[in-house]
Amino acid sequence: MVKITINDLTFSYNSSAILDGLDLVVEGSEVLGLVGPNGSGKTTLIKCIDRILKPKGSILLDGQEIDRMTQQEIAKRFGYVPQSSSTPLSTTVFDTVLMGRRPHINWRVSDLDLEKVAETLELLHLEDLAMRDFSQLSGGQKQKVLLARALCQEPSVLLLDEPTSNLDMRHQLEVMEMIASLVKSKKISAVMALHDLNLAAMFVDKLAILKGGRIYAAGTPADLLNAKNIKEVYGVEAVVMENLHRPYIVPLRSINSEPACGQ
Amino acid sequence: MSSNVKTIREAASRQSTLRGPEEEYRKFLGKRMLFFMILILGVILLASLAVTLGSANLSVKEVYVTILAKFLPGYFQTTRFADTIVWGLRLERILMGIVAGMGLSVAGAAMQGILKNPLASEFTLGVSSAACFGAALAIVMGAGFIGGEYLIVANSFIFTLIASFAVYGLAKYKGITPETMILAGIAIMYLFSAMTSFLQYVGHAEQVQEVVFWMMGSLGRASWDKLSIMTLILILCLPYLLLKSWDINALGAGDETAKSLGVNVERTRVICMLLLSLITASIICFTGTIGFIGLVAPHITRMVIGGDHRFLLPGSALVGALLLLGSDTLARTILAPVILPVGIMTSFLGVPFFVYLFMKRRKEFW
Repeated sequence: MVKITINDLTFSYNSSAILDGLDLVVEGSEVLGLVGPNGSGKTTLIKCIDRILKPKGSILLDGQEIDRMTQQEIAKRFGYVPQSSSTPLSTTVFDTVLMGRRPHINWRVSDLDLEKVAETLELLHLEDLAMRDFSQLSGGQKQKVLLARALCQEPSVLLLDEPTSNLDMRHQLEVMEMIASLVKSKKISAVMALHDLNLAAMFVDKLAILKGGRIYAAGTPADLLNAKNIKEVYGVEAVVMENLHRPYIVPLRSINSEPACGQ
Repeated sequence: MSSNVKTIREAASRQSTLRGPEEEYRKFLGKRMLFFMILILGVILLASLAVTLGSANLSVKEVYVTILAKFLPGYFQTTRFADTIVWGLRLERILMGIVAGMGLSVAGAAMQGILKNPLASEFTLGVSSAACFGAALAIVMGAGFIGGEYLIVANSFIFTLIASFAVYGLAKYKGITPETMILAGIAIMYLFSAMTSFLQYVGHAEQVQEVVFWMMGSLGRASWDKLSIMTLILILCLPYLLLKSWDINALGAGDETAKSLGVNVERTRVICMLLLSLITASIICFTGTIGFIGLVAPHITRMVIGGDHRFLLPGSALVGALLLLGSDTLARTILAPVILPVGIMTSFLGVPFFVYLFMKRRKEFW
């Protein structure tokens, strides 16, 4: 079981601090949702864990400083699913997913690599799209292809940056169900930035609420998603219904006198 | 023996149990290989035809006897005139067309991939206009880094490298991203274009004419020495680019994705761009600026075999060779004995084909 320990993580764009001494532990085969208002540091935290950004502080993966790991080693342990879906010109779905094998191969693609790609496409029900051009796909299909690419890296941890941000209701549910089931079946961890608190309540095992570049609270959705926390973090008055066996948030109004972004 | 049989059996049994997507992908690989073979055959056939064409009155038999006489002097005999025409003019021009076409197309394909911009070419990065300025400086002012017969060549080569380092320096200041490199390239391009225009303004009519002719591009200045230099640089740079083709693929998916896949983004971008500038510089300093090839050969290739740079780079090289050799052969035969600048023919020949593919497959690619 994988364990990520983050201590005193700080990251600034120019002089403005995005992460400010953040501490967090991710452990075991679970889905951790990062929620919080815009600018609270969710995306930045994901990029720091994957060493796309280079923060101050310490990130340990199973006790090993990721600072001391090569980019190739990191790419074998973390699979990153970006928010936007860009690929090189004229790239098929198969080629896009094959790119996920890059950390494992030098140049020549082996039979095993091709098999892995085919297997992943089938797992995510994308086999019929294999030779389609990536740019022709719908938003939901693209998101699944990017997920397939990250899975092909055979990572211990999936890092997802708002994987449902451009999707309709059905695709949001499909993608989230897929991630939750993959985490259980492959015994990996997933850390995902999310905006939709109700989706988070449905699918994540644990939640970390970010505010002003720090962890405001961490725990289960049932413990954290209450009217008080939502008011304090988002500056929104909300009703939280409990009769669905999980919290369901109905926002009522913004509290204009308080800053919506916790900075 | 028994292990060979076992391997063959394993391969055969694997073949019969391939998953659907894998089978489709393997078919696509087969299509790519077929495309390569057709192109190689096309280049060989076109070169074989081109060597027999020209204003000198030589029969096909005389041409081939002259070629064979070089390798088997005891068996084949030729005249000094035929030897000069075939070995001294046609073959070096044909080979220069092939190598220049390959180099410009590989450079275009890789630049488009690395900069994530379908319009990227040697012009976008200011490389071509710097070469023009170097040549114009030599022609109009007689000033340059090396005197003598290589004055123009050395000037355009060195100014090309200066432009590349200037683009790199400007981009480095703001962070090396596709956007900063293209913006820096465009700034450098306008600077050198303005300086070339100034030189044309102050130059004499004959000098201006020479500059304009240089800017149109030509394979007429071919020689074995120049061909050797171009070929050597291409041979030295191409393996690195091919080796990095996975990284170039990843760069096309964005810097963040490339980093997450283990690519050292800045280093790969800088080394590749400098090598591409070197390839381009080593070609256009001898041929002048030959437009269109570097832009369009990669697109034609991409439309047929897709955007995976492991195949796109060699594929573009072959399409570029075919396109430039075809254009030059037409340029020197269509109004013979007048030889048109090859830059004009590349557009005349390539645009209709490109537009055809563009119209036919536009939805899948743009």
